[in-house]
Amino acid sequence: MKFHKRLLVGAAAAAFALGAGTAGAAKMYGPGVTDTEIKIGHINPYSGPASAYGTIGKGIAAYWKMVNDKGGINGRKIDFISLDDGYSPPKTVEQARKLVEQEQVLLIFQSLGTPTNTAIHKYMNAKKTPQLFVATGAGKWGDPKHFPWTMGWQPPYPAEAKVYAAYLLKNKPNAKVGILYQNDDYGKDYLHGFIAGLGSKAKKMVVAQESYEVTDPTIDSQIIKLKDSGADTFFNITTPKFAAQAIRKAYDSGWKPLQFLNNVSQSVGGVLKPAGLDKSVGLITAVYIKEATDPQWQNDEDMKAWNAWMDKYLPGADKTSSFYTYAYAVGYTMEQVLKGAGDNLTRKNIMKVASHLKHLKVPLLLPGVDVNTSPTDFYPIQCEQLSKFDGEKWQRFGNVICPK
Amino acid sequence: MAANPKPDTRLLAALASGAKLSKLQLAGLALALAGALALPWFVSDYRTFQYTLAIIYAVAVLGLNILTGYNGQFSLGHGAFYAIGAYTAAIMMEQGGMAYYWTIPAAGLACLVAGFLFGLPALRLEGLYLALATFALSVATPQLLKYNAIAPWTGGVQGVTIIKPDPPFGLPVSQDQWLYYFSLAVMLVMFVCAWNLLRGRTGRALKAIRDNPIAASAMGVNTALYKSLTFGVSALYTGVAGALGAIAIQFVAPDSFNFFLSVTFLVGVVIGGLASIPGAVFGGVVIVFIPNFAEQVSKAAPWAIYGMFLILFMYFMPTGIWGFIRLLYARFTRRRRAG
Repeated sequence: MKFHKRLLVGAAAAAFALGAGTAGAAKMYGPGVTDTEIKIGHINPYSGPASAYGTIGKGIAAYWKMVNDKGGINGRKIDFISLDDGYSPPKTVEQARKLVEQEQVLLIFQSLGTPTNTAIHKYMNAKKTPQLFVATGAGKWGDPKHFPWTMGWQPPYPAEAKVYAAYLLKNKPNAKVGILYQNDDYGKDYLHGFIAGLGSKAKKMVVAQESYEVTDPTIDSQIIKLKDSGADTFFNITTPKFAAQAIRKAYDSGWKPLQFLNNVSQSVGGVLKPAGLDKSVGLITAVYIKEATDPQWQNDEDMKAWNAWMDKYLPGADKTSSFYTYAYAVGYTMEQVLKGAGDNLTRKNIMKVASHLKHLKVPLLLPGVDVNTSPTDFYPIQCEQLSKFDGEKWQRFGNVICPK
Repeated sequence: MAANPKPDTRLLAALASGAKLSKLQLAGLALALAGALALPWFVSDYRTFQYTLAIIYAVAVLGLNILTGYNGQFSLGHGAFYAIGAYTAAIMMEQGGMAYYWTIPAAGLACLVAGFLFGLPALRLEGLYLALATFALSVATPQLLKYNAIAPWTGGVQGVTIIKPDPPFGLPVSQDQWLYYFSLAVMLVMFVCAWNLLRGRTGRALKAIRDNPIAASAMGVNTALYKSLTFGVSALYTGVAGALGAIAIQFVAPDSFNFFLSVTFLVGVVIGGLASIPGAVFGGVVIVFIPNFAEQVSKAAPWAIYGMFLILFMYFMPTGIWGFIRLLYARFTRRRRAG
């Protein structure tokens, strides 16, 4: 009898506590959220073949440190849990499960790499946990119909290809285009985007397509074939080593086409210098983010804020690395989504806010490039501006182009 | 025990040769099995998944241990056989629409053939030279898997995504728990087979080849055949593990099977205990949990911590974890002869 009484009292107390809980629940919290904290997961290769990207992870961690020092988001500090997967997909699965099931994070932010994100793509969506602003340019991250919990951030490769296509249709509609692409997902993403961008004129305009394998020693024969096809425009879809070879070979063979070089290989030091700066004059590429080394941004407010942040939170870090500008901009985007969700910090609402970003101005993105999403458009950044190489540096020209 | 003059030495000899089991060993085995069966009910699904991985790696480690520990051949290329097993499973499930359990024997068979064939030319290579040849195999694997001609099946760089199997007959267990029990069952079968293989004539032949190949062939052991067959059987074990791994991870891609995977197996073999069957279980556990533990200790330099662990292990347990346990047991019974 006594036992029963105790049980009753206990039950009543529990009911009261529950009641009190629901009464005060104008706030809606998903996993990992309290009145003082939001837990965010992150997976990055700090070791292994892609460990150079570890810099991005350090940059983002420093960004949250700044946010927390300023009092957090709506009074909540960010608990940023960053794990290493060594760019190995099985490890990514293990780490994602650790973050979602063990650490109970609200979401996973900026997981890096195409194979690694592919490995957890189905899992994250089955768990209905946001896989937000993944760090890869593949086109498949914007598929809200099948994967409503996954979203990219940077301009997807197909969108970039469409920027070049739009420029051609407008300025050189009778171009005869020769394409060289790497024979994998990345190369085909660009290729298909470009052909889709040209639309009905693609058949007439694209006169030659050549591909190469990453294992090929050179791409000389492909360049010769493209030249012999009579093409007067060259779309160079290659990774840095091959990009340098292609630029050099095209120049040395006496072929003087209008050249588009994909964003992946736009590094002056890593690609254009080995190819020969004089041989690279006139190359066109697409950009969306400000270069910290570009003198024209010296007095830019965002760049000043970025410099101050670098000095305070990452003293001694290499300011010429584009990974830090990237980390700052993507961190800001995430911060705005969390801010926009207010006190309704459920996973569902996070995706709702993330898919309703309208003309969000993100610092360090080029003027005219803003973040836009909708429930059917999971590509936050799609607009880019073209940039021409003048023999020393990239010079932006024309308007910002937003492909449809 | 008192009736037996030197039970511990006999026991040790039995342990070493893998002959008949004593009562104590049987009891220990039953206890370990009961613990393994009960485990998923006490930990989260995520932990269960980690233990499943440990079981899978244990099978792979046992495969390499048969080759390295028992037969004295080095391999830095078992990641390649693991990949073949994983891809066999993935392709059968995704393209062939076959049930996951059929992929296990198929992966084993594919790797048995692949391992045997690779073992033939490898016969001419000894020690370090074989290590280099197998090293070549494992560094080539990710690139070969990306090769375009086989991309329609392998999915190229993109890899293949697999659906996670549901528990059969409406069993009241989660998918992770089911996969754990399934892997555990496969592991037990593989371990019993290995024990059967290694405790008799074949096991003695393998060890004879390891210790003195000339004496072994003088005694009538067909060295060439045994060596390449051992390579095949070892690859079979690793391939079965690869198939299980693909099902557990639900994804295969070339980047999953880099050179480091092969080294990881070797680490598991040595830390678990060379030429010991139970050591493989410890090897599997070490492979999964030491890197995670290292990351918890230091985010900045997890691999430095990992390296430190390896050195400590080698310093304090030079015969591996299983060797250490045997040593402790011998000390405990205080009957081990000096020296």
